[in-house]
Amino acid sequence: MAKKRPAFYHFLGCVTPHRYPSVERATNLVFEDLDMDLLDMVGATCCPAPGVFGSFDRVTWASIAARNLTIAEQGGHPITTGCNGCFASLFDSNYELKHDEELRKAVNENLAEIGREFKGSIEVTHYVDALFDTAGLSKIRKHVTHPLKGVRMALHPGCHWLRPSAIKKKDNSERPHIFRELCETSGATYVPYKDELICCGAGGAVRTADLEVSLRFTKQKFESIIAAGGADMIVTPCPFCLLQLDLGQVEISKLFGVDFNFDILHVSELLALAFGHSPNEFGLATHLQYLQRKSQPNWGRLGIET
Amino acid sequence: MTTTEEKPAIDIDDVDLEFIEIIKKTGGPNIHNCYQCGTCSGSCPAGALTNFLVRNTIRKALLGLKEEVISSPDLWYCTTCYACTDRCPQDVKPTDVIKAIRNIAVAEGYMLGSHQKVAAKVVEAAHAVPLDKESWQNLRVKVGLEPVPPNASGNPWAVDEIRKITKKSGFEKLIGYREFVKAQKEKAKKKAEEKKAQKKE
Repeated sequence: MAKKRPAFYHFLGCVTPHRYPSVERATNLVFEDLDMDLLDMVGATCCPAPGVFGSFDRVTWASIAARNLTIAEQGGHPITTGCNGCFASLFDSNYELKHDEELRKAVNENLAEIGREFKGSIEVTHYVDALFDTAGLSKIRKHVTHPLKGVRMALHPGCHWLRPSAIKKKDNSERPHIFRELCETSGATYVPYKDELICCGAGGAVRTADLEVSLRFTKQKFESIIAAGGADMIVTPCPFCLLQLDLGQVEISKLFGVDFNFDILHVSELLALAFGHSPNEFGLATHLQYLQRKSQPNWGRLGIET
Repeated sequence: MTTTEEKPAIDIDDVDLEFIEIIKKTGGPNIHNCYQCGTCSGSCPAGALTNFLVRNTIRKALLGLKEEVISSPDLWYCTTCYACTDRCPQDVKPTDVIKAIRNIAVAEGYMLGSHQKVAAKVVEAAHAVPLDKESWQNLRVKVGLEPVPPNASGNPWAVDEIRKITKKSGFEKLIGYREFVKAQKEKAKKKAEEKKAQKKE
């Protein structure tokens, strides 16, 4: 009997489907290549943003997150998401609701209003988990037909897939290796830099509260990459970090008068390229920095012939 | 260095000891574990870039300086990266403490206008970053996707469910949603009238 294909409920969130659809398209291509099904979550909403709504009202945050979880509970498959923020809201609320009776009671009272109930019957994963644990690196390597040889790759793992590590239990948050190993299957060369593990600056409602302060984090990251000898691209597993690093370069130019020229790729886009999909097949050139600057990805630096 | 002439010393007599209990109930149960080692502030990227100090916030909270803590604009510079939480030797979970204090600040009326706006978007569209322009739909088509994703953007019933939740939980009232919508409408009306007047001239 053929092995059953893994299936995940695909939680899109806001930034991927509404601002960076190339990430959604690249994810569909990569998961299809790896024989993993992505199921629509019809009527899913904002996760809602953990640092934003969690900072305003914890019970409302957990209630909206739990409503999203109930959509997957009805179908009985785990969730996967390609956003660190969505992952944090869904994973953390799933965890907290299983461990905090009082919170669960308050949340289920809110959900009763719409005929739903949190049961705690499904798991929440990130694309990184689906790719690393479910598909596995050896299977991924078999699909790499167009290795990005000689392309220098800096990584921005972001925060909420890893931390808080006592709850996430994914990787060593001081010396993580899983995201790096996943990205290295693309054939690109990993460039370490001092500030790899600091936040992009967008989280915790800081980007909304004070754009300039949030961009100081981003700028510090870029300067740290340059101090390490520079990179041809930066890869991240999160569309909100992607937005901050990608569109952030346009905003940094305006606010600080300093120009950076990094191509920022979501890990799904990196793998789509390595699997031999052309950048036009998923729309790499639609990233907001290119649309706003009326520019193109640095095709030569990415090793792509145009 | 800031002298007391430039910035008066905090009056430690003006304390609200109930504040600590509310923090514990609102998501920061371990705040009492703190022995002020400062590992949190030393790990904090926001601390390196702004005046925000996690240790300082927690110490002030433990002293019961509620007003001082919840009214501070620095409170909103934490990006919730959880670096402090991973390193705290006392399991204080400083990020959760900060979030709990923010919940209290919002309940007491200290909410930034920009935050009110993003909160209102979720109540209104069920997405903090909504599919609010045709150009975003066109971008989706350009990369080979359906113009509207299967989330709440194409499913008004899902938005209704969020409205019911946020009404029941008191969130609508908390963020002043009705007043916000009313003010937005008046602003749009005024703008339209001004435009009309300009055209006449």
